[in-house]
Amino acid sequence: MRFGVVVFPGSNCDEDALHAARDVFGQDAGYLWHKDADLKGADVLILPGGFAHGDYLRTGAMARFSPIMAPVRAFAERGGPVLGICNGFQILLEAGLLPGAMLRNKGLQYRCEHVHLRVEQTDTPFTCAGRAGQVLRIPIGHGEGNYFAPPDMLERIEANRQVILRYTDAAGRVDEASNPNGSVHAIAALCNELRNVVGMMPHPERACEALLGGVDGRVVFESIIETFRGAENPALHAVGRPF
Amino acid sequence: MRARVFVTLKPSVFDPQGRTIADALHSLGYQNVADVRQGKYFELDLATTERAEAERLAADVADKVLANPVIESYRIEVDGS
Repeated sequence: MRFGVVVFPGSNCDEDALHAARDVFGQDAGYLWHKDADLKGADVLILPGGFAHGDYLRTGAMARFSPIMAPVRAFAERGGPVLGICNGFQILLEAGLLPGAMLRNKGLQYRCEHVHLRVEQTDTPFTCAGRAGQVLRIPIGHGEGNYFAPPDMLERIEANRQVILRYTDAAGRVDEASNPNGSVHAIAALCNELRNVVGMMPHPERACEALLGGVDGRVVFESIIETFRGAENPALHAVGRPF
Repeated sequence: MRARVFVTLKPSVFDPQGRTIADALHSLGYQNVADVRQGKYFELDLATTERAEAERLAADVADKVLANPVIESYRIEVDGS
């Protein structure tokens, strides 16, 4: 299996994502430039963090017009696994590959710290190695991570079990003090209806080595590797393995 | 022609910047400013002299780029020159 890390002008977590996939987990991995017309054989895509195209208008607003987004969209619609991290999540929202939108953090401050996250769903290719209810400690770093969806959309998201991670305290309880940005329903990560596209504000690629202060992000990479390892894996059936 | 596009968060969407500005005004003694909503303002210089075409072009740009319909709405004013 091959990881493709999509690089936009202004991406700044692309090397971290590639390092995690290639050096920490020993996977085949390479960069894709935002002007590329095809995915060069990638089996899983990561849209990394950063400030794509500068994010001057809205976060992710211009990146959705990058040429690579046409094959990314086609890949996602075929059921190919796509992970958007931080700015990558914002891009997936602006591109309409995930529902909702991001607002400025409720406190207006850029938040750069470790947070606790409760795993809500494990039938996605990026969380299948986790346990429901498991609490992860992973860093965030963003100014616009205040997830919003209008009430009817939010109801559908919850009914479809599309919320993958929620901000909680260390014991896995949702409370206002543990929500770093004001996200509705404490949503930190969500997936699409097909469950193959996942967006998350926390940075799992920054939490794969003890040297960096924690290894809880490994579960995201272990999940996708496991997804490709076994055809009997339930996550493959969950997404219908059309990829 | 010139088009002015005003993009604001929908009334149902919490505006953290607007709230903070309102709080700041209150601390400066402007108790009669009940609330503040902030937004973005764009001036588009359009290479057309047709009013209808200017309105269509500005709406197209606002729909596709300037505003995110999930959280924002917009208003357009077109004036001739």
